[in-house]
Order: sequence, then C-alpha cells, then structure tokens
Amino acid sequence: MKQLAVISGKGGTGKTSIVASFAFLADAVIADCDVDAPDLHILLKPEIKERKEYSGLKIAVVDHKKCIHCGKCREYCRFDAIDEDININESCEGCGVCEYVCPTNAIVLKQRKSGEVFSSMTKFGPMAHALLYTAEETSGKLVTMVRNEARQLAEKCGKDMIIIDGPPGIGCPVIAAISGANAVLIITEPTVSGIHDMERVLQVANHFGINAMVCINKYDVNKEKAEEIEKYCNEREIEIVGKIPFSKKFTEAMVHGLSIMEYDEKLAGLIKKIWEKVSLTLENGKGNI
Amino acid sequence: MKVAVASGKGGTGKTAIATNLAVSNNVALFDCDVEEPNDHLFFDMKLQKVEDVNLKIPIIDERKCTLCGKCSEFCQYNALATLPSHVLFFPELCHGCGGCKLICPEEAIHEGERSIGVIERGENEIVFYRGVLNVGEAMATPIIKALKKKLKAVEHAILDSPPGNACPMIETIKDADYCILVTEPTPFGLHDLKLAVDVVKKMNVPFGVIINKDGIGDKEVENYCKKEGIDIITKVPYSRKIASLYSQGKLFALEMKEWDEKFQELFAAIEEKI
Repeated sequence: MKQLAVISGKGGTGKTSIVASFAFLADAVIADCDVDAPDLHILLKPEIKERKEYSGLKIAVVDHKKCIHCGKCREYCRFDAIDEDININESCEGCGVCEYVCPTNAIVLKQRKSGEVFSSMTKFGPMAHALLYTAEETSGKLVTMVRNEARQLAEKCGKDMIIIDGPPGIGCPVIAAISGANAVLIITEPTVSGIHDMERVLQVANHFGINAMVCINKYDVNKEKAEEIEKYCNEREIEIVGKIPFSKKFTEAMVHGLSIMEYDEKLAGLIKKIWEKVSLTLENGKGNI
Repeated sequence: MKVAVASGKGGTGKTAIATNLAVSNNVALFDCDVEEPNDHLFFDMKLQKVEDVNLKIPIIDERKCTLCGKCSEFCQYNALATLPSHVLFFPELCHGCGGCKLICPEEAIHEGERSIGVIERGENEIVFYRGVLNVGEAMATPIIKALKKKLKAVEHAILDSPPGNACPMIETIKDADYCILVTEPTPFGLHDLKLAVDVVKKMNVPFGVIINKDGIGDKEVENYCKKEGIDIITKVPYSRKIASLYSQGKLFALEMKEWDEKFQELFAAIEEKI
C-alpha cells in the first residue's frame, strides 16, 4: 500500500484544497491528520459510519479530602502543573510522578476521553478523520490513530493508497503524520516564511528518510521568490511537481463546499497534471531527496 | 501587558499581525511558533543564542539494573522497554518526568540531559526573543515554556503563537492578558476560529478577533462574531500590496503610514480593555 503525506511547514499554503482535489482524482482512502484544526470535511462532507473513542494522556486527579498539603507533588512535578492549592492545571502531562510520591494516596491518574476518531464515506471515497476535544493535548497520538483507521479502511475497501492531509509545523503531529509514508508532497508559497518553513520541513523529511516533492502554490504572488524555490529544489534534485497561480476560485469553491475539481475547469486541468506526476513518483519511488 | 496572537487555522496572518503590532508600538516580540519560527525574517537583526533547552533523560547503570521492568511499566510515554538483556531507551518519546529514576528499586538510574532546541535573542527596532525546536524533535512545549521565562525581562510583549488548537498553542496563550485571534473570512477560517474561541474561553483569556484578508470569502465569520458577541477589533482588507510586501519579508506598517497608526490605536484599545 502506498501512502502520501501532504505537508507544508507553514500553515495556510493550500494543503487541504489540494488534498480534496487528489481525493477526487485518486482511488484512495483520505486521512485528515490535521486533527486540531481539521477542515477537509468541509469540502468532502463525510457521512460518519463508525466512531471510536480516543483517550490521550492520562491526567492526575486530586482528592482534596485526602490531601494534607505537604507539597511533595508540587516539588516533584517537572511540568509546573500543580498550583499552591494543589489543583492540577492543563500543563499536566500525565506522567504519574505526583501519584507515586503522594504519601496519602490523594492523587490518582485517570484515563480521559480526549476526542473521537471517525470512519466515514465521502462523495470521493472512504475517509478517516478525528475530533480533538477543546484544550486537549497529545495530538500526535491521535494522528497515529487516524492513520491506523485509514489503513483498516483501505483493507476493507480494497484501496491501495492513502492520502494524508498533514498538520502544519515540524513537531510531534507532523512526525506522526509522515513516519512510514512512501513520500511527502510539500505545498509551499513564494514568501519569505513559505520558503523558510519549506526548508525546515524538507530537513524533517530527510531526517526520517522520506522522499519529498514540492508544489509551489500562489507562485505569481512573488515570481522572484518562486524562482528562488525552484533553484533551491533543483540544486538538491527535489522534484517540483507543479506551480499553481493565485486564484480567488479556490476560496469561491471552498465557500460552495466544493473541491476546485468540481468548480473550475482550467485549474482542475492543472491539478490533474500535478496529480499524474505525484502518482507516477509514488509508484516508481523516484523523485527523491 | 502580554498579548498573544493566535489562530486555529494556519496561514491566516498571525505573523503579519504580530510583527507589525510589535514594531508600531515598539514592544518586545516573542516568536512562540518554535516549530516554524518566521518573525525574524521581517527584521534585520543578528540573533544570538541565549541558552539551550534541555530535557532530562534517564541513564541506566547496567551493572545495577536487575531488569525488573518497573521503570518501563511506570513510563506513560513508552520511552523505556525492558528486554531480556537490557533496558532500551527511546529519547524522542521521553518527556523528562523523572519517574523512572524515582521508581527504580536498585538506584540504577541517574539523569543526564539532552538538548531539543535553543532560545535566541536579537535587538534592533524592537527586543526580540524566539525559540527554535531542533529538526526531528517532537516536543515543542518545553521550548515555549523556556521562552516564556524570558518574559520577565520586558514590560510589554506580543507573543506569536503556533497554529492549531493543541498543546503548543495552549502553552503560548495561557497567562496572556489578552489574545488576538486572527482569522480569514472563509469556511476554513470560520471553522477553525470556532475551535480557537472554545479554547480561549476555556482558558479564561480575554480575546478579540482580527479578520485578515477581508473581502476574499463570505460574511459568515462576521455573522458568527456578532451572534456570539465577540469583538472584531479590526479588519485588514485583502490587498495585493500587503501580500506582496509580506512575501518579501517587509513590514507593511512601516511602508503604509495609515497602518502604523492603526496598530498603535489597536494596542492602546487593548490596553484599555484589560
């Protein structure tokens, strides 16, 4: 089974719009792994078939009747998660040290429900996605659960490919979204931030030994910077799969709840060419850093 | 006064608002987007390393270890695995809680340190601090925590938050006096704004909304804010000129006088609110 992760480093470069178009073109399972700000469902309108509960890290809970305010838990907590009145705050990482050091057993670690994972059907095929509850942490673990769900869906539906809509950044959710993928497609934009973030996320892909391709979105916002990106990639033999012009049509399509494939013929043709290149590289394993 | 600039969705313009707001009001800027820090690209300044951000890690003395398995059983992060011949340690999974050292009955564990990133400082038009997570590292939160300790050095500060609504964003905005949520008038912008509003409300941080790229999508963000009684503190229209200045790494408040004044008024208005 082939897995492609679409990432960007910088947010807002167009990952989700492009993944929605790939969903239209590919015979694949789609996984929305941007779990703390998921948007893909707005375009794909999934019908939820199955839900699973997600438990993130445990959390320490204090029984104030048993607490003698000795302060040992506070002294040993490395995360500044316990205040003077021995209340646990959102910095708790569920390590269990406070439970261990408490002399009166006033603290216990408890499992909590932190979100849900969905197995769904969309107009373009099966989709795995998730909901992280408000102010819950550990989204990397939830990303892994969405990818497992996608794998099961692919087996069940006889699909040979998973396309992952990744989160921005380079930290734990991104690592969880790309590890074990056959290739990443980096969507960048010709701005100083876009270039800077593309370089960092390329280093991450390299670090984990994953082939990377680049697509320049909104390339005509700053053609000089777009050339800079091309030069950067050419020097490193990174495949550029396409350049997409800035167009209000993407926003218009979004407002209508549609992918660009269903909304604008010219842009649809361009994205189709990009997808052909991506799928060829994915198939042959060329492309490369 | 500490003002955090956040958003659920990435690419709505946090960095543009945070950098321009800081320069117009001559206040310190903290780049808390430690995974992809960009604020420095808009200033001509030399950055100097202030410190390494280290996490504590266990070091196991194999001569003392009896392979009892208590440490790996205690570890909530699966960073330790007890094998028949030795204990295997996965540094990227370790949160540095120190629990394994406490629980080891043989006192076979002591602690060392490993660096996961750095804190840097620069000064030019403004005082600037940023944190940078090393490539390949997973945990952004300890860097943001270390960065926020430097807030003591300044009176006022703008904190540029990472995107999303999970741990790194929460760590940035908690204890802020005010949070600006930057959004764009599109269905994606609205959806992620609602998630971000839930977070700031739960954290009890006073907040207002800036609609960036106003005019590109629809009116739903505005309708939502009105219905919920949320302050729209300003709107920045979509403009090719602003987009182009941003793409070159230029601050539009310095190039467009009217925006310099607007950002000063905005900061004064926030000061008055809290």
